[in-house]
Amino acid sequence: MLRAEAAGRLALRRLGSLGAIACGKRGYTSGQENLKQTPLYDFHRHHGGKMVAFAGWSLPVQYTHSHLDSHLHTRQHCSLFDVSHMLQTKVFGRDRVKFIESLVVGDIAELKPDQGTLSLFTNEKGGIIDDLIVTSTSEEHLYVVSNAGCMDKDFALMQNKMKEMKAAGYDVHLEVSDNALLALQGPAMAHVLQPGVADDLAKLPFMSSAMMVVFGVPGCRVTRCGYTGEDGVEISVPASQAVELAELLLKDSSVWLAGLAARDSLRLEAGLCLYGNDIDENTTPVEASLVWTLGKRRRVAMDFPGASTILAQIKQKPKKKRVGLTSTGPPIRQHVPILSPEGKAIGEVTSGCPSPCLQKNIAMGYVDSEYSKLNTALTVEVRKKNYPALVTKMPFTPTHYYTIK
Amino acid sequence: LRNEARFLESRALAFRRWQHPTRRFTDKHEWISVENGVGTIGISNFAQEALGDVVYCSLPEIGTKLNKQDEFGALESVKAASEVYSPVTGEVTEINTALADNPGLVNKSCYQDGWLIKMTVDNPSELEDLLSEDAYEKYIKSIEE
Repeated sequence: MLRAEAAGRLALRRLGSLGAIACGKRGYTSGQENLKQTPLYDFHRHHGGKMVAFAGWSLPVQYTHSHLDSHLHTRQHCSLFDVSHMLQTKVFGRDRVKFIESLVVGDIAELKPDQGTLSLFTNEKGGIIDDLIVTSTSEEHLYVVSNAGCMDKDFALMQNKMKEMKAAGYDVHLEVSDNALLALQGPAMAHVLQPGVADDLAKLPFMSSAMMVVFGVPGCRVTRCGYTGEDGVEISVPASQAVELAELLLKDSSVWLAGLAARDSLRLEAGLCLYGNDIDENTTPVEASLVWTLGKRRRVAMDFPGASTILAQIKQKPKKKRVGLTSTGPPIRQHVPILSPEGKAIGEVTSGCPSPCLQKNIAMGYVDSEYSKLNTALTVEVRKKNYPALVTKMPFTPTHYYTIK
Repeated sequence: LRNEARFLESRALAFRRWQHPTRRFTDKHEWISVENGVGTIGISNFAQEALGDVVYCSLPEIGTKLNKQDEFGALESVKAASEVYSPVTGEVTEINTALADNPGLVNKSCYQDGWLIKMTVDNPSELEDLLSEDAYEKYIKSIEE
Protein backbone atom coordinates (compact mmCIF):
# COMPACT_ATOMS: atom_id res chain seq x y z
CA MET A 1 0.00 0.00 0.00
CA LEU A 2 0.96 3.54 -0.40
CA ARG A 3 1.47 5.43 2.73
CA ALA A 4 2.75 8.94 2.94
CA GLU A 5 4.52 10.87 5.59
CA ALA A 6 4.75 14.44 6.54
CA ALA A 7 4.95 17.43 4.34
CA GLY A 8 8.46 18.14 3.20
CA ARG A 9 9.81 17.73 6.68
CA LEU A 10 11.87 14.86 5.50
CA ALA A 11 14.08 17.43 3.87
CA LEU A 12 17.19 15.49 4.65
CA ARG A 13 18.03 15.00 1.03
CA ARG A 14 19.00 18.62 0.61
CA LEU A 15 22.64 19.41 0.28
CA GLY A 16 24.55 20.67 3.24
CA SER A 17 28.01 20.70 4.65
CA LEU A 18 29.40 18.03 6.91
CA GLY A 19 29.15 20.62 9.63
CA ALA A 20 25.42 20.84 9.14
CA ILE A 21 25.07 17.08 9.43
CA ALA A 22 27.12 16.97 12.56
CA CYS A 23 25.16 19.76 14.18
CA GLY A 24 21.89 18.20 13.14
CA LYS A 25 20.93 21.22 11.09
CA ARG A 26 19.79 19.31 8.11
CA GLY A 27 16.15 18.50 7.59
CA TYR A 28 15.75 16.19 10.49
CA THR A 29 16.70 18.59 13.22
CA SER A 30 17.96 17.25 16.47
CA GLY A 31 16.38 19.97 18.59
CA GLN A 32 13.91 18.04 20.69
CA GLU A 33 12.00 21.01 22.15
CA ASN A 34 8.21 20.98 21.89
CA LEU A 35 8.20 17.70 20.08
CA LYS A 36 5.50 15.13 20.65
CA GLN A 37 6.61 11.73 21.90
CA THR A 38 5.08 8.39 21.02
CA PRO A 39 4.43 5.84 23.77
CA LEU A 40 7.70 4.21 22.65
CA TYR A 41 9.95 7.25 23.19
CA ASP A 42 11.84 5.81 26.17
CA PHE A 43 11.98 2.43 24.44
CA HIS A 44 13.70 4.05 21.45
CA ARG A 45 16.26 5.81 23.62
CA HIS A 46 16.88 2.61 25.55
CA HIS A 47 17.56 0.73 22.29
CA GLY A 48 19.99 3.32 20.97
CA GLY A 49 17.56 5.19 18.73
CA LYS A 50 19.02 8.39 17.29
CA MET A 51 16.11 10.74 17.86
CA VAL A 52 15.23 13.45 15.36
CA ALA A 53 12.37 15.83 14.74
CA PHE A 54 9.87 14.64 12.17
CA ALA A 55 6.47 16.23 11.51
CA GLY A 56 6.44 17.62 15.04
CA TRP A 57 7.39 14.29 16.63
CA SER A 58 10.58 12.98 18.16
CA LEU A 59 11.29 9.75 16.29
CA PRO A 60 14.30 7.51 15.71
CA VAL A 61 16.04 8.05 12.38
CA GLN A 62 18.07 4.89 12.96
CA TYR A 63 19.25 2.68 15.80
CA THR A 64 22.61 1.00 16.31
CA HIS A 65 22.72 -0.62 12.87
CA SER A 66 23.69 1.49 9.86
CA HIS A 67 20.98 2.76 7.53
CA LEU A 68 22.21 0.44 4.79
CA ASP A 69 22.22 -2.66 7.02
CA SER A 70 18.80 -1.79 8.39
CA HIS A 71 17.37 -1.37 4.90
CA LEU A 72 18.78 -4.69 3.65
CA HIS A 73 17.73 -6.49 6.83
CA THR A 74 14.13 -5.42 6.25
CA ARG A 75 14.20 -6.84 2.72
CA GLN A 76 15.79 -10.11 3.87
CA HIS A 77 14.28 -10.63 7.31
CA CYS A 78 12.09 -8.28 9.31
CA SER A 79 12.08 -4.85 10.94
CA LEU A 80 9.93 -3.15 13.53
CA PHE A 81 9.02 0.52 12.99
CA ASP A 82 7.20 2.83 15.40
CA VAL A 83 4.64 4.69 13.28
CA SER A 84 2.54 5.88 16.21
CA HIS A 85 2.88 9.46 14.98
CA MET A 86 0.32 8.73 12.29
CA LEU A 87 -3.26 9.89 12.85
CA GLN A 88 -5.64 7.02 13.65
CA THR A 89 -9.31 7.97 13.48
CA LYS A 90 -12.42 5.86 13.94
CA VAL A 91 -15.60 6.91 12.16
CA PHE A 92 -18.82 5.65 13.74
CA GLY A 93 -22.48 6.00 12.81
CA ARG A 94 -24.97 4.72 10.25
CA ASP A 95 -23.83 7.26 7.66
CA ARG A 96 -20.09 6.73 8.04
CA VAL A 97 -19.58 5.48 4.48
CA LYS A 98 -21.47 8.43 3.03
CA PHE A 99 -19.34 10.67 5.26
CA ILE A 100 -15.97 9.34 4.17
CA GLU A 101 -16.98 9.10 0.51
CA SER A 102 -17.80 12.81 0.58
CA LEU A 103 -14.09 13.42 1.33
CA VAL A 104 -12.18 10.72 -0.56
CA VAL A 105 -11.96 9.40 -4.13
CA GLY A 106 -12.31 5.66 -3.37
CA ASP A 107 -15.27 3.29 -3.38
CA ILE A 108 -15.56 2.61 0.34
CA ALA A 109 -19.08 1.12 0.13
CA GLU A 110 -17.76 -1.83 -1.88
CA LEU A 111 -15.16 -2.82 0.72
CA LYS A 112 -15.85 -6.19 2.32
CA PRO A 113 -15.87 -6.32 6.13
CA ASP A 114 -12.35 -5.74 7.48
CA GLN A 115 -11.00 -4.85 4.07
CA GLY A 116 -9.02 -1.65 3.55
CA THR A 117 -7.83 0.48 0.69
CA LEU A 118 -5.50 3.33 -0.02
CA SER A 119 -7.46 6.48 -0.74
CA LEU A 120 -6.97 10.22 -1.13
CA PHE A 121 -8.59 13.23 0.47
CA THR A 122 -9.00 15.70 -2.41
CA ASN A 123 -9.95 19.38 -2.58
CA GLU A 124 -12.37 21.05 -4.98
CA LYS A 125 -9.51 21.75 -7.41
CA GLY A 126 -8.63 18.07 -7.50
CA GLY A 127 -5.47 18.50 -5.42
CA ILE A 128 -4.47 15.86 -2.89
CA ILE A 129 -5.03 16.97 0.73
CA ASP A 130 -3.55 13.73 2.07
CA ASP A 131 -3.32 10.04 1.35
CA LEU A 132 -4.83 7.61 3.84
CA ILE A 133 -5.85 4.03 4.46
CA VAL A 134 -9.53 3.39 5.08
CA THR A 135 -10.54 0.03 6.54
CA SER A 136 -14.18 -0.88 6.76
CA THR A 137 -14.12 -2.84 10.01
CA SER A 138 -16.61 -5.51 11.01
CA GLU A 139 -17.09 -3.58 14.24
CA GLU A 140 -19.37 -0.90 12.83
CA HIS A 141 -16.75 1.74 12.27
CA LEU A 142 -14.24 2.83 9.65
CA TYR A 143 -10.62 2.82 10.73
CA VAL A 144 -8.72 5.63 9.04
CA VAL A 145 -4.93 6.09 9.16
CA SER A 146 -3.53 9.33 7.74
CA ASN A 147 -0.28 11.28 7.91
CA ALA A 148 1.20 12.88 11.00
CA GLY A 149 2.26 15.93 8.99
CA CYS A 150 -1.34 16.43 7.87
CA MET A 151 -2.88 15.69 11.25
CA ASP A 152 -4.31 19.15 11.89
CA LYS A 153 -5.83 19.69 8.47
CA ASP A 154 -7.09 16.10 8.19
CA PHE A 155 -8.81 16.32 11.54
CA ALA A 156 -10.32 19.73 10.74
CA LEU A 157 -11.53 18.42 7.39
CA MET A 158 -13.24 15.43 8.96
CA GLN A 159 -14.65 17.36 11.89
CA ASN A 160 -16.16 20.10 9.72
CA LYS A 161 -17.76 17.55 7.44
CA MET A 162 -19.11 15.68 10.45
CA LYS A 163 -20.70 18.86 11.86
CA GLU A 164 -22.19 19.68 8.49
CA MET A 165 -23.68 16.21 8.13
CA LYS A 166 -24.93 16.06 11.69
CA ALA A 167 -26.70 19.38 11.15
CA ALA A 168 -28.37 17.83 8.11
CA GLY A 169 -29.61 14.96 10.26
CA TYR A 170 -27.01 12.32 9.41
CA ASP A 171 -25.59 9.87 11.92
CA VAL A 172 -21.78 10.10 12.06
CA HIS A 173 -19.19 10.75 14.73
CA LEU A 174 -15.41 10.67 15.03
CA GLU A 175 -13.06 9.30 17.61
CA VAL A 176 -9.30 9.87 17.50
CA SER A 177 -7.46 6.81 18.74
CA ASP A 178 -4.49 7.22 21.06
CA ASN A 179 -3.27 3.72 20.26
CA ALA A 180 0.35 3.23 19.29
CA LEU A 181 1.01 1.85 15.80
CA LEU A 182 3.78 -0.68 15.20
CA ALA A 183 4.77 -1.76 11.71
CA LEU A 184 6.38 -5.19 11.41
CA GLN A 185 7.74 -5.44 7.88
CA GLY A 186 9.68 -8.01 5.92
CA PRO A 187 9.52 -11.57 4.60
CA ALA A 188 9.92 -13.05 8.11
CA MET A 189 6.88 -11.17 9.47
CA ALA A 190 4.42 -14.08 9.44
CA HIS A 191 7.01 -16.39 10.96
CA VAL A 192 7.57 -13.89 13.77
CA LEU A 193 3.94 -13.01 14.42
CA GLN A 194 2.17 -16.36 13.94
CA PRO A 195 3.29 -17.89 17.27
CA GLY A 196 1.73 -14.90 19.03
CA VAL A 197 -1.73 -14.92 17.46
CA ALA A 198 -4.61 -17.41 17.28
CA ASP A 199 -5.73 -16.29 13.80
CA ASP A 200 -4.18 -18.03 10.80
CA LEU A 201 -2.12 -15.31 9.12
CA ALA A 202 -2.25 -17.31 5.88
CA LYS A 203 -5.91 -16.22 5.73
CA LEU A 204 -5.16 -12.54 6.20
CA PRO A 205 -4.33 -11.16 2.75
CA PHE A 206 -2.81 -7.79 1.88
CA MET A 207 -5.07 -4.89 2.88
CA SER A 208 -7.22 -6.92 5.24
CA SER A 209 -7.50 -6.44 8.95
CA ALA A 210 -8.58 -8.26 12.12
CA MET A 211 -8.76 -7.71 15.87
CA MET A 212 -6.36 -10.04 17.64
CA VAL A 213 -4.68 -10.81 20.93
CA VAL A 214 -0.98 -10.48 20.02
CA PHE A 215 1.48 -12.26 22.31
CA GLY A 216 -1.03 -11.90 25.12
CA VAL A 217 -1.76 -8.21 24.45
CA PRO A 218 -5.50 -7.84 23.86
CA GLY A 219 -7.29 -5.26 21.70
CA CYS A 220 -4.80 -5.13 18.81
CA ARG A 221 -5.97 -4.35 15.29
CA VAL A 222 -3.64 -6.13 12.88
CA THR A 223 -3.77 -4.87 9.29
CA ARG A 224 -1.71 -6.52 6.55
CA CYS A 225 -0.16 -3.43 5.00
CA GLY A 226 2.92 -1.27 5.24
CA TYR A 227 5.20 1.22 3.57
CA THR A 228 8.15 -0.92 2.50
CA GLY A 229 6.90 -3.04 -0.41
CA GLU A 230 7.38 -6.17 1.71
CA ASP A 231 4.84 -8.44 3.32
CA GLY A 232 4.02 -6.91 6.67
CA VAL A 233 1.48 -5.76 9.18
CA GLU A 234 0.67 -2.64 11.10
CA ILE A 235 -0.52 -3.31 14.63
CA SER A 236 -2.64 -0.72 16.37
CA VAL A 237 -2.02 -1.47 20.03
CA PRO A 238 -3.32 0.20 23.21
CA ALA A 239 -0.68 2.79 24.21
CA SER A 240 -0.24 1.32 27.69
CA GLN A 241 0.97 -2.00 26.26
CA ALA A 242 2.88 -0.77 23.21
CA VAL A 243 6.32 -1.12 24.78
CA GLU A 244 5.47 -4.57 26.12
CA LEU A 245 4.43 -5.70 22.64
CA ALA A 246 7.48 -4.14 20.98
CA GLU A 247 9.78 -5.96 23.44
CA LEU A 248 7.97 -9.25 22.81
CA LEU A 249 8.35 -8.88 19.03
CA LEU A 250 11.98 -7.97 19.44
CA LYS A 251 12.65 -11.24 21.26
CA ASP A 252 12.73 -12.91 17.86
CA SER A 253 16.30 -12.46 16.69
CA SER A 254 15.18 -11.91 13.09
CA VAL A 255 13.52 -8.63 14.13
CA TRP A 256 15.61 -5.47 14.14
CA LEU A 257 14.40 -2.02 15.01
CA ALA A 258 14.33 0.37 12.06
CA GLY A 259 13.91 4.13 11.87
CA LEU A 260 12.86 6.86 9.49
CA ALA A 261 15.98 6.58 7.33
CA ALA A 262 15.32 2.97 6.30
CA ARG A 263 11.60 3.67 6.04
CA ASP A 264 12.28 6.35 3.44
CA SER A 265 14.66 4.35 1.26
CA LEU A 266 12.42 1.26 1.47
CA ARG A 267 9.31 3.13 0.37
CA LEU A 268 11.22 4.75 -2.48
CA GLU A 269 12.35 1.40 -3.84
CA ALA A 270 8.72 0.28 -3.57
CA GLY A 271 7.65 3.35 -5.59
CA LEU A 272 5.43 4.67 -2.80
CA CYS A 273 4.71 8.38 -2.47
CA LEU A 274 5.75 10.53 0.46
CA TYR A 275 3.11 13.16 1.11
CA GLY A 276 4.62 16.63 1.01
CA ASN A 277 7.39 15.50 -1.35
CA ASP A 278 5.79 13.48 -4.11
CA ILE A 279 2.17 14.54 -3.74
CA ASP A 280 0.54 17.61 -2.25
CA GLU A 281 -2.41 19.97 -2.68
CA ASN A 282 -1.04 21.15 -6.01
CA THR A 283 -0.89 17.69 -7.56
CA THR A 284 -3.93 15.75 -8.69
CA PRO A 285 -4.36 11.95 -8.62
CA VAL A 286 -3.94 11.99 -12.42
CA GLU A 287 -0.63 13.87 -12.34
CA ALA A 288 0.52 11.68 -9.45
CA SER A 289 -0.22 8.48 -11.44
CA LEU A 290 -2.73 7.44 -8.76
CA VAL A 291 -5.79 7.15 -10.99
CA TRP A 292 -6.21 3.57 -9.78
CA THR A 293 -7.38 4.92 -6.42
CA LEU A 294 -10.50 6.44 -8.04
CA GLY A 295 -13.50 4.15 -7.48
CA LYS A 296 -15.31 3.13 -10.70
CA ARG A 297 -18.71 3.96 -9.24
CA ARG A 298 -17.34 7.26 -7.96
CA ARG A 299 -16.05 8.17 -11.44
CA VAL A 300 -19.45 7.56 -12.97
CA ALA A 301 -21.24 9.45 -10.22
CA MET A 302 -18.59 12.24 -10.23
CA ASP A 303 -19.34 12.71 -6.55
CA PHE A 304 -15.92 13.21 -4.92
CA PRO A 305 -14.21 16.55 -4.27
CA GLY A 306 -12.53 17.85 -7.42
CA ALA A 307 -14.20 15.19 -9.61
CA SER A 308 -14.81 17.47 -12.60
CA THR A 309 -11.17 18.63 -12.73
CA ILE A 310 -9.79 15.16 -12.15
CA LEU A 311 -12.02 13.42 -14.71
CA ALA A 312 -11.34 16.12 -17.32
CA GLN A 313 -7.61 15.57 -16.77
CA ILE A 314 -7.94 11.86 -17.41
CA LYS A 315 -9.47 12.63 -20.83
CA GLN A 316 -7.17 15.45 -21.87
CA LYS A 317 -3.97 14.05 -20.33
CA PRO A 318 -2.37 16.13 -17.60
CA LYS A 319 0.43 18.61 -18.29
CA LYS A 320 2.81 16.91 -15.88
CA LYS A 321 3.14 13.39 -14.60
CA ARG A 322 4.90 11.59 -11.78
CA VAL A 323 7.47 9.13 -13.10
CA GLY A 324 10.21 6.91 -11.77
CA LEU A 325 13.82 7.64 -12.77
CA THR A 326 17.01 5.63 -12.54
CA SER A 327 20.59 6.75 -13.11
CA THR A 328 24.18 6.03 -12.29
CA GLY A 329 26.69 8.59 -11.04
CA PRO A 330 25.86 11.01 -8.25
CA PRO A 331 22.56 10.32 -6.45
CA ILE A 332 19.58 12.35 -7.62
CA ARG A 333 17.56 13.83 -4.81
CA GLN A 334 14.70 16.20 -4.13
CA HIS A 335 14.80 19.43 -6.23
CA VAL A 336 17.26 18.08 -8.80
CA PRO A 337 16.23 19.58 -12.17
CA ILE A 338 15.07 17.18 -14.89
CA LEU A 339 15.91 18.19 -18.48
CA SER A 340 14.80 16.95 -21.88
CA PRO A 341 17.52 15.45 -24.13
CA GLU A 342 17.65 18.90 -25.78
CA GLY A 343 18.37 20.53 -22.44
CA LYS A 344 14.95 22.08 -21.80
CA ALA A 345 13.81 22.14 -18.16
CA ILE A 346 10.86 19.73 -17.94
CA GLY A 347 10.52 18.99 -14.26
CA GLU A 348 12.04 18.28 -10.89
CA VAL A 349 12.86 15.30 -8.70
CA THR A 350 10.58 15.06 -5.65
CA SER A 351 12.35 12.17 -3.84
CA GLY A 352 15.44 10.16 -4.60
CA CYS A 353 18.27 8.16 -3.12
CA PRO A 354 20.88 5.59 -4.09
CA SER A 355 18.98 2.29 -3.97
CA PRO A 356 20.60 -0.09 -1.47
CA CYS A 357 19.14 -3.10 -3.30
CA LEU A 358 19.75 -2.06 -6.92
CA GLN A 359 23.11 -0.34 -6.55
CA LYS A 360 21.97 2.53 -8.75
CA ASN A 361 20.13 5.77 -8.17
CA ILE A 362 16.36 5.79 -8.00
CA ALA A 363 14.07 8.79 -7.85
CA MET A 364 10.60 9.99 -8.58
CA GLY A 365 9.62 13.34 -9.92
CA TYR A 366 7.29 15.21 -12.20
CA VAL A 367 7.98 15.75 -15.90
CA ASP A 368 6.01 17.25 -18.78
CA SER A 369 3.69 14.43 -19.87
CA GLU A 370 5.25 14.07 -23.32
CA TYR A 371 8.42 12.83 -21.58
CA SER A 372 6.67 10.45 -19.19
CA LYS A 373 6.80 7.28 -21.31
CA LEU A 374 8.81 4.37 -19.93
CA ASN A 375 12.41 4.20 -21.14
CA THR A 376 12.50 7.84 -22.23
CA ALA A 377 16.09 9.04 -21.97
CA LEU A 378 16.28 12.26 -19.95
CA THR A 379 18.97 14.34 -18.28
CA VAL A 380 19.34 15.29 -14.64
CA GLU A 381 21.46 18.12 -13.31
CA VAL A 382 23.48 17.46 -10.16
CA ARG A 383 25.85 20.14 -8.88
CA LYS A 384 25.76 21.89 -12.26
CA LYS A 385 26.75 18.79 -14.22
CA ASN A 386 24.41 16.82 -16.45
CA TYR A 387 23.94 13.06 -16.22
CA PRO A 388 21.68 10.70 -18.16
CA ALA A 389 18.57 9.30 -16.45
CA LEU A 390 15.94 6.89 -17.67
CA VAL A 391 12.17 6.94 -17.07
CA THR A 392 11.69 3.66 -15.21
CA LYS A 393 8.74 1.58 -14.12
CA MET A 394 7.86 1.65 -10.44
CA PRO A 395 8.13 -0.16 -8.09
CA PHE A 396 11.89 -0.18 -8.65
CA THR A 397 12.25 -3.41 -6.65
CA PRO A 398 9.60 -6.14 -6.79
CA THR A 399 6.96 -5.86 -4.09
CA HIS A 400 6.05 -8.89 -1.98
CA TYR A 401 2.54 -8.18 -0.77
CA TYR A 402 0.75 -11.27 0.52
CA THR A 403 -2.20 -12.08 -1.73
CA ILE A 404 -4.32 -15.22 -1.75
CA LYS A 405 -4.85 -16.58 -5.24
CA LEU B 1 46.27 7.94 40.74
CA ARG B 2 44.52 10.86 39.13
CA ASN B 3 47.85 12.47 38.34
CA GLU B 4 49.04 9.25 36.84
CA ALA B 5 45.95 9.03 34.66
CA ARG B 6 46.50 12.58 33.55
CA PHE B 7 50.11 11.82 32.77
CA LEU B 8 49.14 8.79 30.68
CA GLU B 9 46.55 10.83 28.86
CA SER B 10 49.09 13.51 28.02
CA ARG B 11 51.55 10.84 26.81
CA ALA B 12 48.82 9.37 24.61
CA LEU B 13 48.10 12.79 23.17
CA ALA B 14 51.77 13.41 22.56
CA PHE B 15 52.05 10.05 20.83
CA ARG B 16 49.13 10.84 18.56
CA ARG B 17 50.67 14.19 17.74
CA TRP B 18 53.93 12.52 16.92
CA GLN B 19 52.09 10.09 14.61
CA HIS B 20 50.32 12.84 12.67
CA PRO B 21 52.34 15.94 13.28
CA THR B 22 50.57 18.03 10.69
CA ARG B 23 46.97 16.88 10.68
CA ARG B 24 44.77 19.89 11.18
CA PHE B 25 41.00 20.25 11.06
CA THR B 26 38.32 22.65 9.85
CA ASP B 27 35.21 23.32 11.89
CA LYS B 28 33.34 21.64 9.03
CA HIS B 29 35.14 18.37 9.82
CA GLU B 30 37.67 18.12 6.99
CA TRP B 31 41.30 17.34 7.84
CA ILE B 32 44.54 18.18 6.06
CA SER B 33 47.94 16.62 6.56
CA VAL B 34 50.90 18.25 4.81
CA GLU B 35 54.00 16.46 3.61
CA ASN B 36 56.61 18.04 1.31
CA GLY B 37 54.29 20.90 0.51
CA VAL B 38 51.43 18.66 -0.60
CA GLY B 39 48.30 18.46 1.52
CA THR B 40 46.20 15.31 1.79
CA ILE B 41 42.55 16.01 2.57
CA GLY B 42 39.90 13.82 4.13
CA ILE B 43 37.04 13.94 6.59
CA SER B 44 37.16 13.26 10.31
CA ASN B 45 35.97 10.18 12.11
CA PHE B 46 33.22 12.23 13.68
CA ALA B 47 32.02 13.29 10.23
CA GLN B 48 32.08 9.81 8.72
CA GLU B 49 30.07 8.51 11.66
CA ALA B 50 27.52 11.28 11.25
CA LEU B 51 27.27 10.67 7.51
CA GLY B 52 26.76 6.92 7.68
CA ASP B 53 27.66 4.55 4.85
CA VAL B 54 29.18 6.61 2.05
CA VAL B 55 27.94 5.25 -1.29
CA TYR B 56 29.21 7.89 -3.70
CA CYS B 57 32.04 10.44 -3.73
CA SER B 58 31.96 13.42 -6.07
CA LEU B 59 35.52 14.67 -6.38
CA PRO B 60 37.08 17.47 -8.46
CA GLU B 61 39.30 17.04 -11.48
CA ILE B 62 43.05 17.18 -11.18
CA GLY B 63 44.18 20.73 -11.81
CA THR B 64 41.15 22.35 -10.21
CA LYS B 65 42.19 25.52 -8.40
CA LEU B 66 40.60 25.93 -5.02
CA ASN B 67 40.42 28.81 -2.64
CA LYS B 68 40.28 28.16 1.06
CA GLN B 69 36.68 27.15 1.95
CA ASP B 70 35.72 26.43 -1.67
CA GLU B 71 33.38 23.49 -2.11
CA PHE B 72 35.36 20.79 -3.87
CA GLY B 73 32.98 17.85 -3.89
CA ALA B 74 30.32 15.94 -2.05
CA LEU B 75 30.02 12.71 -0.14
CA GLU B 76 26.74 10.88 -0.43
CA SER B 77 25.11 8.37 1.87
CA VAL B 78 21.76 6.74 1.14
CA LYS B 79 19.97 9.44 3.07
CA ALA B 80 21.95 12.62 2.39
CA ALA B 81 24.61 14.47 0.43
CA SER B 82 27.27 16.51 2.21
CA GLU B 83 29.49 19.02 0.54
CA VAL B 84 33.18 19.08 1.39
CA TYR B 85 35.25 22.25 1.51
CA SER B 86 38.89 22.96 0.88
CA PRO B 87 40.81 23.73 4.09
CA VAL B 88 43.41 25.81 2.19
CA THR B 89 44.16 27.53 -1.13
CA GLY B 90 45.88 25.42 -3.77
CA GLU B 91 45.56 23.18 -6.79
CA VAL B 92 44.27 19.61 -6.87
CA THR B 93 47.16 17.30 -7.77
CA GLU B 94 45.60 13.89 -7.17
CA ILE B 95 42.25 12.36 -6.32
CA ASN B 96 41.69 9.08 -4.52
CA THR B 97 40.57 6.92 -7.44
CA ALA B 98 40.00 3.93 -5.12
CA LEU B 99 36.87 5.69 -3.89
CA ALA B 100 35.11 5.27 -7.24
CA ASP B 101 34.76 1.54 -6.70
CA ASN B 102 34.95 1.57 -2.94
CA PRO B 103 33.42 4.75 -1.48
CA GLY B 104 33.01 2.92 1.85
CA LEU B 105 36.75 3.47 2.44
CA VAL B 106 35.73 6.90 3.73
CA ASN B 107 33.97 5.11 6.58
CA LYS B 108 36.44 2.27 7.08
CA SER B 109 39.59 4.35 7.01
CA CYS B 110 38.83 8.05 7.06
CA TYR B 111 42.40 9.05 8.02
CA GLN B 112 44.30 6.62 5.76
CA ASP B 113 42.89 4.81 2.73
CA GLY B 114 39.74 6.94 2.67
CA TRP B 115 41.49 10.24 1.89
CA LEU B 116 39.77 12.36 -0.76
CA ILE B 117 42.22 14.61 -2.62
CA LYS B 118 45.81 15.86 -2.58
CA MET B 119 46.53 19.50 -3.30
CA THR B 120 49.30 22.08 -3.24
CA VAL B 121 49.39 24.37 -0.23
CA ASP B 122 49.94 27.79 -1.79
CA ASN B 123 49.76 29.73 1.41
CA PRO B 124 51.14 27.68 4.33
CA SER B 125 50.10 30.36 6.82
CA GLU B 126 46.48 29.31 6.20
CA LEU B 127 47.28 26.12 8.11
CA GLU B 128 47.65 28.20 11.23
CA ASP B 129 43.95 29.11 11.08
CA LEU B 130 42.92 25.47 11.28
CA LEU B 131 42.25 23.50 14.45
CA SER B 132 44.90 21.30 16.01
CA GLU B 133 43.86 17.75 16.83
CA ASP B 134 43.37 18.72 20.50
CA ALA B 135 41.34 21.77 19.65
CA TYR B 136 39.24 19.78 17.24
CA GLU B 137 38.52 17.11 19.85
CA LYS B 138 37.42 19.80 22.27
CA TYR B 139 35.26 21.32 19.56
CA ILE B 140 33.59 17.93 18.91
CA LYS B 141 32.88 17.55 22.61
CA SER B 142 31.33 21.00 22.70
CA ILE B 143 28.95 20.32 19.82
CA GLU B 144 28.03 16.89 21.11
CA GLU B 145 26.86 18.36 24.40
